[in-house]
Amino acid sequence: MSKVVIEFTDFSFTYRAQQEPTLRGITLSINEGEKVLIVGPSGSGKSTLAHCINGLIPFYYPGEMSGSLRIMGQEQSALSIAGLAEITGTVLQDPDGQFVGLTVGEDIAFVLENGAVPQLEMTERVEAAARAVDIHELLAASPQELSGGQKQKTMLAGVLVGNVDILLFDEPLASLDPYTGTKTIELIDRLQRETGKTAIIIEHRLEEVLHRPVDRIIVMKDGAIAGDLPAAELLSSSLLAEAGLREPLYLTALKYAGLVITPDMQPQHLDQLRMEGHADRLQQWMDSCAEEAEVLEPSPLLELKEVSFGYERDTEVLHRLSLTVNRGEMLAIAGRNGAGKSTVSKLICGIYRPSSGAILLNGRDISRDTIKERAEKIGFVTQNPNHMISKTLIYDEIALGLRLRGIPEDIIRGRVHEVLKVCGLHEFREWPVSALSYGQKKRVTIASILVLEPEVIILDEPTAGQDYRHYNEMMEFLRGLNSRGITVIMITHDMHLMLEYAQRTIVLADGKKLADDRPERILTDRAVVERANLKETSLFTLALKAGVGQPEELVRRFIAFDRRVRHR
Amino acid sequence: MKAKMLTFTNQNSPVHRLTGATKLIVFAVWSVSAMITYDTRCLILMLLFSLVIFRISRVRFQDYAFVLYFILLFFLLNQLAIFIFSPLEGTRIYGTRHDLFHLAGRYTVTAEQLFYQFNIALKYAVVIPMALLFLLTTDPGEFASSLNRIGVHYKIAYSVSLALRYIPDIQRDYENIAFSAQARGIDISRKEKLPARLRNIVSILLPLILASIERISTAMELRGFGNGRKRTWYRGRPFTRSDYLALGMILAIAAGSTVVTFYDGSRFYSIF
Amino acid sequence: MAKKDILSIRTIVAVGIGSALFVILGRFGSIPPGIPNTNIETTYALLALFALLYGPVAGLLIGLIGHTLKDAIFYGSPWFSWVISSGLVGLIIGLLVAGISIQDGEFGRKEIIRFNLAQIAANAIAWFAVAPTLDILIYAEPANKVFTQGLIAGAANIVTVGVIGTLLAAAYAKTRTRQGSLRKLN
Repeated sequence: MSKVVIEFTDFSFTYRAQQEPTLRGITLSINEGEKVLIVGPSGSGKSTLAHCINGLIPFYYPGEMSGSLRIMGQEQSALSIAGLAEITGTVLQDPDGQFVGLTVGEDIAFVLENGAVPQLEMTERVEAAARAVDIHELLAASPQELSGGQKQKTMLAGVLVGNVDILLFDEPLASLDPYTGTKTIELIDRLQRETGKTAIIIEHRLEEVLHRPVDRIIVMKDGAIAGDLPAAELLSSSLLAEAGLREPLYLTALKYAGLVITPDMQPQHLDQLRMEGHADRLQQWMDSCAEEAEVLEPSPLLELKEVSFGYERDTEVLHRLSLTVNRGEMLAIAGRNGAGKSTVSKLICGIYRPSSGAILLNGRDISRDTIKERAEKIGFVTQNPNHMISKTLIYDEIALGLRLRGIPEDIIRGRVHEVLKVCGLHEFREWPVSALSYGQKKRVTIASILVLEPEVIILDEPTAGQDYRHYNEMMEFLRGLNSRGITVIMITHDMHLMLEYAQRTIVLADGKKLADDRPERILTDRAVVERANLKETSLFTLALKAGVGQPEELVRRFIAFDRRVRHR
Repeated sequence: MKAKMLTFTNQNSPVHRLTGATKLIVFAVWSVSAMITYDTRCLILMLLFSLVIFRISRVRFQDYAFVLYFILLFFLLNQLAIFIFSPLEGTRIYGTRHDLFHLAGRYTVTAEQLFYQFNIALKYAVVIPMALLFLLTTDPGEFASSLNRIGVHYKIAYSVSLALRYIPDIQRDYENIAFSAQARGIDISRKEKLPARLRNIVSILLPLILASIERISTAMELRGFGNGRKRTWYRGRPFTRSDYLALGMILAIAAGSTVVTFYDGSRFYSIF
Repeated sequence: MAKKDILSIRTIVAVGIGSALFVILGRFGSIPPGIPNTNIETTYALLALFALLYGPVAGLLIGLIGHTLKDAIFYGSPWFSWVISSGLVGLIIGLLVAGISIQDGEFGRKEIIRFNLAQIAANAIAWFAVAPTLDILIYAEPANKVFTQGLIAGAANIVTVGVIGTLLAAAYAKTRTRQGSLRKLN
């Protein structure tokens, strides 16, 4: 039996400013060399648990503790945050906040500098850590030059270099695209096996973490542990659904086909999944739920014709890009970082002017329209709602655009109230914005655009950083808007989102259009998936494995069926 | 919106090879010397010297051309303001008066005033090449360790490094906020008053900044910042012979100019 | 313990980020009112707020570091007399408002008056007296010119901090108050 490194015994914690405990009666032990995944919806206390392990609680966030927490055999409260930092290395979810160095090399060296390690030794250790995560060629790069995945690697090297015993990952996938997320999971897995360190991963994107095996999964719910069991058993139970977490899509598909998931089917990974004798059930299910694809009569609303653009002379970001957005459609624009996605939205809104080509709205060239004129027809919602909200009260925030247009206050009142109802915010109308959750704030920003009655609304990453329940709420809300006739363009790299909600997906790569098709066809096209840093959907992999004819058709029917089930 | 800034240019010249600490000391001593002296001979010699060093550093014109416009504009406005406010300042300082020609009212151009304003111009001109050189040839990664080496507490030195690290990030946030406000139709008409627009942006930006201060603090806390009495620097560099040479040179210049300036008991050198 | 608090990690980060913000606002957030070499600088509202939130040491350092960096990277050379005065503004405000616990949401009428008296005193000392005096000592500029400039800059800063700074501080204080009394409406 290997030794216990972390041991919670009937542990509870209450933040100083709160009445209710955030963690209640936690009893949990983690052994040396284990790889543990902690899942739970937002607000379940999983981040608080992480803060107890790395010492931010109680040293940075004070509060009331009861029970015991021992780390490496010592009572946590007897150690200092500095002492704990030598035991546990944390990779936080916000890479911009953790990346404090001016270059990759300086950032990796940070913990060594603080420990006053001599420069010569430091250089060697930094080099070794950078090599271990494969970032050694970018030691002189500044954070602004790096992609999300490269920043994550730097963080990881910065933790490895300190020779800690426990690696703690707080939502490592939060800001990564699906492909980079997979690579991160592979990297964590390799490092954990090579070094034999204890690894704790906190994440709600279960399917992506299970890309590589974990020893066991701890399910958190309402501040308590709802389950502590191996992946295969968890996936065969109803715990995930009860906690409001999403199971891997391929398992949902198997359940629809009438299969009962059991631990000996090895459901934790598609490659190991055993479904001998059941494969034809999937085919039968698919045949039974035949359904015509809904076909929209295309009527172009917004058109980009041969648009080229570059921020600086000689370096084009977009090359003769043409695309059409149809009236009443829900469209996703995807592509890896730097593919030109956000540039497209800035050109449409008129922040920048194309160097050549035309932008048409309702068949009319709007190239000469000002930003303000375009704003009457085209709404833009930023990824981070905190970048948009300037008023203290929700009502004032939504009324702002109308007031600036000089509309009489009694008309404003009517329109704001109507929008508040549509957005499910009516009961909060007199609240200050600061009292709302992130998802509710996002709704406020959407409401503040909707009140201007645009024909098309562009959303940058509408569900970034939200858990499954909030994701669902937000997307169903957008679908509701769409069914009221508003055209919705979503800029996203979330493939579940495009698969489930977009009628069409346009993929950009290097400033050109790489693909333009129904999302299930795009996410099953290996060439496109690879070039755009997307990930093949596991449904497709499952269909291939089960030998289903027309695998993309399975994907489409699954999505349609799944939507009906969830709406019941 | 994109604003050009002076940034480090990675080249290999004797000036680039000096350590950051040396360049910082040279720049500081040089600036103080130029502030103290009003001796025209010293200033001219210092200007020539700085231009020679500038030449040796091989920095390219396009890397600093844009600031020259700002400097020139500032220069002219300042010179004009001095004359408008005090046309006889030169006479007051040098104690003599040689009228050249009369403009209007109390405005008469005197030889003393021209000489005085020429000296002011020289004082600025002497500092600028060295300041530009310091910025263009010092790797920002060396700033903090250099400050620490000349005696600044390492925590304060590190805050300078943090400022440099987050300037581009804050600029990006600032632009995002301005962009979303514009796309909403707020804030774009030139009629909307600039102070109101700025207040809008700042009131959005500030909560973001305060939240990021908390996040960065926790991250640094978790990585052991501020525990020890001392700290080492990944980017620090040992002094070489040329560093000592440069330091010796700057001290000699400073001493020389101070002696020459105050030799006759007055800070001002007069040709009258 | 007291010594450690002066340079806590949070203070150091506030100095770094505050200086970066000083640079950005100093570049984009200044409005030329038409008088040579003087601007209405929103960045001083920010400096006052940071001095209020993080104390005199942070105020001093943000003024010194932020102003030096702003001058250096955008204009090529720091203008030392004004750099020192900026630091002084942060220091004095920080010292004079030390009793206001804005972290607990305390920013009513009394605190607003105190904050404004502090910022008026700080700006007056820095721009009406110190900056012009240093300009005369260092650059031997004409007294009436530098005092006029100081008077205009100081007045502009007092108004800017008084309006924008007070607003920002009040908005911040509001986010720190408890929100226990919120009820959903029908």
